[in-house]
Amino acid sequence: MSVDMSQFYEVFFDESEELLAEAERLLLQLDIENPDAEDLNAIFRAAHSIKGGAATFGFMDMAEITHVLENLLDKIRKQEMALTPDHVDAFLAAKDVLKMELDGHRLGSEVDMGQVAEVKRVLSSLADAGGVEIKPAPGMASQPKAVAPEPAVEQVPVERPVEIVSQQDTNAGGMKVFKITLPKVSEKDANNLKEELGLLGEVGLVKQEAGHTVFDLTTDSSEADIVSICSFIIDPKDLVITQGKASSTEAANTATSAKVDVAIHEEAGYGLFADESKEHVEEGYGFFAPFTPHQDAVKTTLIGDDTPVSPEATAAAMPESQPAPVAVEPKETNATPAAEKKNLGRRETDKAPASAETSSIRVGVEKVDQLINLVGELVITQAMIEQRVSMLDPIENEALINSISQLTRNTRDLQESVMSIRMMPMDFVFSRFPRMVRDLAAKLGKKVELVTVGATTELDKGLIERIVDPLTHLVRNSVDHGIETPDKRKANNKSETGRLTLSAAHKGGSIVIEVTDDGGGLNRDKILAKAQSNGLPVSENMTDSEVFNLIFAPGFSTAEVVTDVSGRGVGMDVVKRNITSMGGTVEIRSALGFGTTISISLPLTLAILDGMSVSLGQNIYVVPLNLIVETMQPRMEDIKTVTNEGLMVHVRGEYLPIIPLYALFKQDTEIMHPTEGVLIIIEAEGKKAALFVDALVGQQQVVIKSLETNFKKIQGVSGATIMGDGSVALILDVPTVIKMGQNNLKEGVYQ
Amino acid sequence: MSINTEVSAEKNGAGASMNAQEFLTFVLGDESYGIDILKVQEIRGYDAVTKIANTPDFIKGVVNLRGLIVPIVDLRIKFGLGKVVYDEFTVVIILNLNGRVVGIVVDGVSDVMNLNDSQIRNVPDIVASIDTKYITGLATVDEKMFILVDIEQLMNSQEMELVDAVSVH
Repeated sequence: MSVDMSQFYEVFFDESEELLAEAERLLLQLDIENPDAEDLNAIFRAAHSIKGGAATFGFMDMAEITHVLENLLDKIRKQEMALTPDHVDAFLAAKDVLKMELDGHRLGSEVDMGQVAEVKRVLSSLADAGGVEIKPAPGMASQPKAVAPEPAVEQVPVERPVEIVSQQDTNAGGMKVFKITLPKVSEKDANNLKEELGLLGEVGLVKQEAGHTVFDLTTDSSEADIVSICSFIIDPKDLVITQGKASSTEAANTATSAKVDVAIHEEAGYGLFADESKEHVEEGYGFFAPFTPHQDAVKTTLIGDDTPVSPEATAAAMPESQPAPVAVEPKETNATPAAEKKNLGRRETDKAPASAETSSIRVGVEKVDQLINLVGELVITQAMIEQRVSMLDPIENEALINSISQLTRNTRDLQESVMSIRMMPMDFVFSRFPRMVRDLAAKLGKKVELVTVGATTELDKGLIERIVDPLTHLVRNSVDHGIETPDKRKANNKSETGRLTLSAAHKGGSIVIEVTDDGGGLNRDKILAKAQSNGLPVSENMTDSEVFNLIFAPGFSTAEVVTDVSGRGVGMDVVKRNITSMGGTVEIRSALGFGTTISISLPLTLAILDGMSVSLGQNIYVVPLNLIVETMQPRMEDIKTVTNEGLMVHVRGEYLPIIPLYALFKQDTEIMHPTEGVLIIIEAEGKKAALFVDALVGQQQVVIKSLETNFKKIQGVSGATIMGDGSVALILDVPTVIKMGQNNLKEGVYQ
Repeated sequence: MSINTEVSAEKNGAGASMNAQEFLTFVLGDESYGIDILKVQEIRGYDAVTKIANTPDFIKGVVNLRGLIVPIVDLRIKFGLGKVVYDEFTVVIILNLNGRVVGIVVDGVSDVMNLNDSQIRNVPDIVASIDTKYITGLATVDEKMFILVDIEQLMNSQEMELVDAVSVH
């Protein structure tokens, strides 16, 4: 199954752009004599993140540059090499090249392959030479830019049974010539097809090529039309439609339409170009040279409904006598149905390359938040009106009351839609992994089965976007280091295929995302030994979880071999940093020989919470519903006193400590004994307690608002919300409340 | 019921000298204070607040200000001035301090004043209820003395306990 990656390209492009800008800023302010280790780490992390993203999306040219860059940075970072101005220059040049490649993928702009190769050469020579730069050979420096002498039209179909290649443009009226290669079909089918295609335009030159029938079609219709016609007779999945040249007016208009295509085709296209690129390697810097090392890995992806190759990816970099948008095809002729689908709403026509348009709008989060706040206010106002109206005489004011109930419905609908803007299913993240895992597994010669659980769990968009990077690192780590090779697994009596599970669930007021593999597990002794040699303070007495947490230290890796997948020890550092910055925690559970689970727990930020509102004196508090086990009104005989330990309640054979909220929060209330009020049995982090409040008010969904925006963190309170009457209610932070309760019990606060 | 008065930050004095600054003046006990009007978002009445556990008593709690959760500090309690009563005349000045919105309860808002540099004098070692390090100057207008306070620094200070210790610059 192939996953449509193009929907994530935009995010990657934006992220990479930010990372590049950040890296450049850091490079520019770097003190060469005495570089700040933190800055070097930051640059390194930026390069690493770009590499990870680029590799995930199949932009191998970018991944390669960053890999070389990383090698060099790593040496400098570990102080194996002194930083020189040459390095900084080379890094900046590399940044420029990356930006160029990024724009190449994003906007279809030209990529100077000569420059790319030159930068790569300088970087690797710097890495090898220990800081001494080898001056570029004059011949190499003056290499012609982007040599790709073979026009794409001449590609030989490698795996495709059907190929439609467009040839020279015949007239300026938008007529195009397509070359269509069919698989082995019966003569009757071929004739039918020819007739059908005849409806679109002029069919000429039918010939046989190695068992394939080849048509030439001159038409003003789009490729999509050709595909839909062909699909009556042959499987459209097998269709390759390419069209190299458009009339220049159209090409100019649709300069940006190649943006998406280029990305798609490059992803899927290496296999086809591979043969060609091999030839060019000898000639110097062939356009395809950078792709060849990955040829094998990527070739395997050319199955099923992968987008076929169009020549513009090649042609975009071809030296041509025509001005800039040379090989950009008109929007109507975008490859296959698959590509058509991907491009829906992405048909930028009259736009300059700089402002690519998509079917989605990127809006600042603060704008969405503002909208949510306003709608929240509206709901409150609406509730107020409703309340006031309910006091009026229903017969006299029937019309008004009807209108108000209409308003109520509309407001609810509006609120729901606005809320849904921010919520996205985890599937948005999970769906990018099958491809990555597959490619990785193939590359590493492993067998991995990816299982996702809870993909429909909805998560705030802000979190979704930020969880992608850490998860990518974790999944790569699991495949690379966690899951063993088939031989090794067999030797250990495991099935040859390793299992990697991604799961998401709402648990205990947080969202828990877990990456579980059934691989080798973490080796405690190895980590300890490595930590010792890295000079980290460790001792044999550390608990397992403390030891496992060591792998989050910067630069920590027990892998003997650094591959371009992982093993440098940057990933976990980044993971921890990202998750901590989201206010979450990471936990590792592992058993040697049985696998590892990395569990990320994220707090609910803007998520909506199902809560139970409870009253205490004059105030209302909200307890997250998912942490409530049950509520009860205890009988006198259920309440026990434990010497110096406050009150306990006997519930179904268990004795639970009673935490009086009024004492914890020092609030005034008239209800001082549990039998007069209500006990809420809460459970968090494996601990149970009975929270004593005055009364239950009701169950409702509340929007969590941060107290910290204008105030500070309050112990025992995770946030606030606005109730229907406009008042503020605090949301209890149940785990902390339980902890506070225990401490108070120990200190005898309730005596 | 609440009195909502949007305070305009526009310069209105045509005769104001180049360095003139506008101040909102308010009364705390017997003392008159002035704060930079650009830090003031609005003035409103005192509404019911939601009390927050384990905070000092001068932090009255939080209110809902059009969807924002805003903490309310009673400066009268903090500095032990004036009579602490909450009625329909109690005034809350909503401050916008670089994005942070905080409300302060004072005895009353007096006026908006244009003061130029020549009217502002340095701070002598006076004994004021507010620590002198938050006082930027003194101004005398019509025989009345106003203490000009750097409200942003004051509200962000540790003693106000409005910010987490780590986030103090």
